[in-house]
Amino acid sequence: MVPTDLRYTKDHEWVRLEGTEATVGITEYAANQLGDIVFVELPEVGRTLEQGAVFGVVESVKAVSDLFAPVSGSVVEANAALADKPELVNSEPLGAGWMVRVTVADKAELDGLLDAAAYDALISEG
Amino acid sequence: MPYGPHTPADRARMLATIGIDSVDELFADIPERLRATPLALAEPEPELALAARLEALSRRNQVDLASFLGAGVYRHYSPAAIDQLLLRGEWYTAYTPYQPEISQGTLQSIYEYQSLIAELVGLDVVSASHYDGAAATAEAALMACRATRRERVLVSRAVHRHYRETTATYFLGGGLAVEEIPLVADGPDAGTTDLAALERLLADPDRPVAGVIAGQPNFLGLLEPMAEIGRLAHAAGALFVAVVEPVSLAVLEPPGVYGADIAAGEGQPLGIPAQYGGPYLGILAATDSLVRQVPGRLVGLTTDLDGKRAFVMTLRAREQDIRREKAASNICTNQALLALAASIYLATLGPHGLRDVAALGAVRAAELEAALAEVGVRRLHSGPYLNEFAVRVPDAAAVHRRLIDRGILAGLVLAEAEPDDPSLTDALLVCATEVTTADDIARFADALSAVLRGRPPIAVEAGAGALVGESGGAVPELSR
Repeated sequence: MVPTDLRYTKDHEWVRLEGTEATVGITEYAANQLGDIVFVELPEVGRTLEQGAVFGVVESVKAVSDLFAPVSGSVVEANAALADKPELVNSEPLGAGWMVRVTVADKAELDGLLDAAAYDALISEG
Repeated sequence: MPYGPHTPADRARMLATIGIDSVDELFADIPERLRATPLALAEPEPELALAARLEALSRRNQVDLASFLGAGVYRHYSPAAIDQLLLRGEWYTAYTPYQPEISQGTLQSIYEYQSLIAELVGLDVVSASHYDGAAATAEAALMACRATRRERVLVSRAVHRHYRETTATYFLGGGLAVEEIPLVADGPDAGTTDLAALERLLADPDRPVAGVIAGQPNFLGLLEPMAEIGRLAHAAGALFVAVVEPVSLAVLEPPGVYGADIAAGEGQPLGIPAQYGGPYLGILAATDSLVRQVPGRLVGLTTDLDGKRAFVMTLRAREQDIRREKAASNICTNQALLALAASIYLATLGPHGLRDVAALGAVRAAELEAALAEVGVRRLHSGPYLNEFAVRVPDAAAVHRRLIDRGILAGLVLAEAEPDDPSLTDALLVCATEVTTADDIARFADALSAVLRGRPPIAVEAGAGALVGESGGAVPELSR
């Protein structure tokens, strides 16, 4: 079972809301599917993300995937540690491998995302 | 599964999907007269007759001209080893070596090309090559847009016209804009990029600039203030693209030293003969921070499972087979054989040899300038040049034609290359390299003097003598 305090997208991003700030990353399932991650391209601080739009790119030894913003908002921090250690996304996808923190514009947007049970169901379909 | 091309039904479905009625509509952008028509070939001829006909045709080429033509393509001596090694069958293989286990030779040759060019330009990463200097410059402009997420590129008017036009073509349909930076009109800096105009173009807050492109030496042969152009570009958050001529880098500061983020250029001077319009060699290099924006192939060095040195295509995720429409480029055929020619050329000459080639070209050009000045033909600009410069010649196009009759290819008629620039109306762009001889220079100066003063060519002296006598000078001949 994936953690229940997070919300998920169908594109395998997770989002954790704390106050008005949300932290975003990709799920363990996504990291495993991608394989060894070698590069993460993230937006600069201050950029405005739009729910469902591409905000970055994750590149593994075998594939490149776009990152889709689970919520709209302004980027307050991008995980600088990933520049030198992109493998953190594989080893700690829900922790040190987080990608961006954003100030959430509209918390209601999270209601449209998957909860843990729904995401679990999605990934067990394969 | 049976193999077959698209059936009429397949085609109809595809046409319906994109909303057109016929395949011909896809070619609407190509002028009718340029489209392929059915080939109307003559009946086959015996080989002997055909060879004779082709030989007769080839004799119409004027191959013994003393050439002073450069303008982007330069004549250099190629050591015989280059052509001999290029003939080896091992090189005629897939230019994209996707299977490292069977392609170590080709991969190593590309890796060595990249390493040699990296040393020459002073930048970290070099692509496995592109079509030509124009394509490489256009790719550099696109890299700048991707890296900065901006949509406007400024290119100096003293970058080769073909490169500017190719860049504009690459930008079509992508919502990107390319604008030209004017040149200084007069004074000591005439013919170089106008820095004040560049500053104004960079200052528009609503239209931030992705990249600034300037050539060194520029199209007119002049040396540009590259460090200053780079500083202005960087101050505006734009990348700086240097368009370079590779042989010159043996004596001029390399782009990596004066702050260029990307270097692009035509690799033809490195052991590739001046052959029609190509095939040539597009050089593209960048700083490490831009590596993921570099289009086309990159070959890297690694170790295999047994710990042995091995070469592989690397950072493949930028490329179209993986990244599809989001690839760094979808025009990324490399010129592996010509890159190999460049590598052999550089390895054969070595750094000292290349410096000799560049320095000798500069010496010959200075001799050319002096010889032309002696017959009253002076430079159009006063700034420093390396081995190519513009001279002012009245009625340049006619003089150029007359000089061909006298066995001299007097460079390029600048008004034909740059019809919109009135300052270049009566000017020829001439160059010298290490293959230019003192005799060539003397013949050029003498012939030019003769043409300007209405002296007839020696070969037709008897016939033309009367004409000069009747007309009394240069004017009728030049306006004939």
